Amino acid sequence: MSTTATGTPPTTRRVTGLLALTGVLAVLAVLSVAVGSRAMDLAEVWSGLTDAASDAYPVVTELRLPRTALGLAAGAALGLAGALMQAMTRNPLADPGLLGVNTGAAAAVVTAVHFIGIASFTGTLLAAFAGAAIAAVACYLIAGAAGATPARLALAGAAITAAGYAYVSAVQLLDTATLEQMRFWSVGSLINAHTVPLPLIVGLIVAAGIVGVLLARPLNALALGDATATGLGVDPRVLRIAGIAAITVLAGTATAACGPIVFVGLVVPHVVRAYTGPDQNWVLPYSMLTGAVFLLAADVLGRVVARPSELQVGIVCAVVGGPFFLYLVSRRKVARL
Amino acid sequence: MTVSPSPLAVENATLGYGRLAISEGLTVDVPDGEFTVIIGPNACGKSTLLKALARMLKPSAGRVLLDGRDIHSRSTRTVARRLGLLPQSPIAPDGITVADLVARGRYPHQGILRQWSARDEAVVAEAMEATDITDLASRSVDELSGGQRQRVWIAMVLAQQTPLLLLDEPTTYLDITHQIEVLDLCAKLHREGRTLVAVLHDLNQAARYATHLIAMRDGAVVAEGAPADIVTDDIVEKVFDLPCRIIEDPETATPLVIPRARPRDLG
Repeated sequence: MSTTATGTPPTTRRVTGLLALTGVLAVLAVLSVAVGSRAMDLAEVWSGLTDAASDAYPVVTELRLPRTALGLAAGAALGLAGALMQAMTRNPLADPGLLGVNTGAAAAVVTAVHFIGIASFTGTLLAAFAGAAIAAVACYLIAGAAGATPARLALAGAAITAAGYAYVSAVQLLDTATLEQMRFWSVGSLINAHTVPLPLIVGLIVAAGIVGVLLARPLNALALGDATATGLGVDPRVLRIAGIAAITVLAGTATAACGPIVFVGLVVPHVVRAYTGPDQNWVLPYSMLTGAVFLLAADVLGRVVARPSELQVGIVCAVVGGPFFLYLVSRRKVARL
Repeated sequence: MTVSPSPLAVENATLGYGRLAISEGLTVDVPDGEFTVIIGPNACGKSTLLKALARMLKPSAGRVLLDGRDIHSRSTRTVARRLGLLPQSPIAPDGITVADLVARGRYPHQGILRQWSARDEAVVAEAMEATDITDLASRSVDELSGGQRQRVWIAMVLAQQTPLLLLDEPTTYLDITHQIEVLDLCAKLHREGRTLVAVLHDLNQAARYATHLIAMRDGAVVAEGAPADIVTDDIVEKVFDLPCRIIEDPETATPLVIPRARPRDLG
């Protein structure tokens, strides 16, 4: 990036970027309402929003709007969770997906549905939180707790992810009812948006999002190393506990609602940092917005390419994110943040 | 002689990692207004002592006192306004500029409601001036030489505006010119009134720059005092197992350690 060679991008540039990003998000939100197995023009969308008697009204208000809202919330949550995780571990490859948090949540959800017979969303959500938290802590401990290096964290996360996926698949293959019920969920999808309690999901993500964004300043200190951070008056342990709590709620809620979606949390902060530079005060809000843009765009794309059926958003994210991950791994300075 | 109260002290402390104790019953006073250098052979516990002074390591027994109060009983932010730390290998995030890195030293003076101010700006400019890096302000830290980078880190700690500075081997990985440059900078900071504590490997540099030496071996303090009193052939042999002669440094009149030639070297 030319910006890093000549100095920090000026604040005006970063504010402009934030406004532009918000504009793109608004356009995508409209597109996301308009595009589907039945495409609508803007006039139809408008009447669907405002005229309860129109043909489009039930589709727009009951299916399309919740889907867009969930895409916004889940995308922002995954983008922020990824940025927080990378900042906390100082590992550019960290991602709630890669470190096993999303898979942990998914494994707990299938356990709750299959073995305990939990059907309510609240039950699913609680299971997802528990699974996410257990996976995050397990990954940290397996990687060697305080002595965890970025490489060890990534390896431990890969092991947990592999085991978690195997478990989720096994349970679903043993139990066709669960399989049917969770077929779309398990690859990551916004299709069930109309069945989940949106206010609860959005509320949780906003609350955890506020906590996450408030961690920007201490995370800037932590970026200089644990010792330097201590010298500056940050307790790295307390900061990591707060960070893991925020990540658990963000990634857990998104996973409970949409299934395990990987790569959003990995890709988004990288794209963001290339534009904003390493200051978390900008990286975190930018990652929320970019995460929402990424997920909504992937969902629109998934509905366009496979019409009249649709490609699940989790699959689109993996198809786009996979090559990007390979590109990151192949880069020379990947270990530093 | 009246001794001013020590701002930072270790009191009868057991220091170590897990069940491995490095020091037991260690008592050290950091004298106010001095440039203290801790010396000793590898694994003598000097870095462990510095970590304890910097509250990065909690004693399993005994206390570390900052201004007479247990350092671990005070908020880490309050401590950060009294005590600055330059660790051995700090990390610079990719692409961060010199000015932004130095600005991060203002962390303990800021809060959610107390954002970046003109005062912060002035302190950062002053810290860069003092370390002679003003010209580098908009450069990326990745591009700097080792010596320049170390001056940037020192500027970051200076921006913290603490009367006490701890430096863990600040000259490691630097060539001799940059080592001297960093030590000259430390001496200047000391003359300006700060209390410094550093761990150094080079005995002659320690003797030249320190105003107070602490010599350690096997986790205990063997001797402490002014370099002229501490750097003697007796004590150096006792601490380092190194037979040596001490001559006067012709430049600074401080003690200079000359290791004795072994018989085979004499032919």
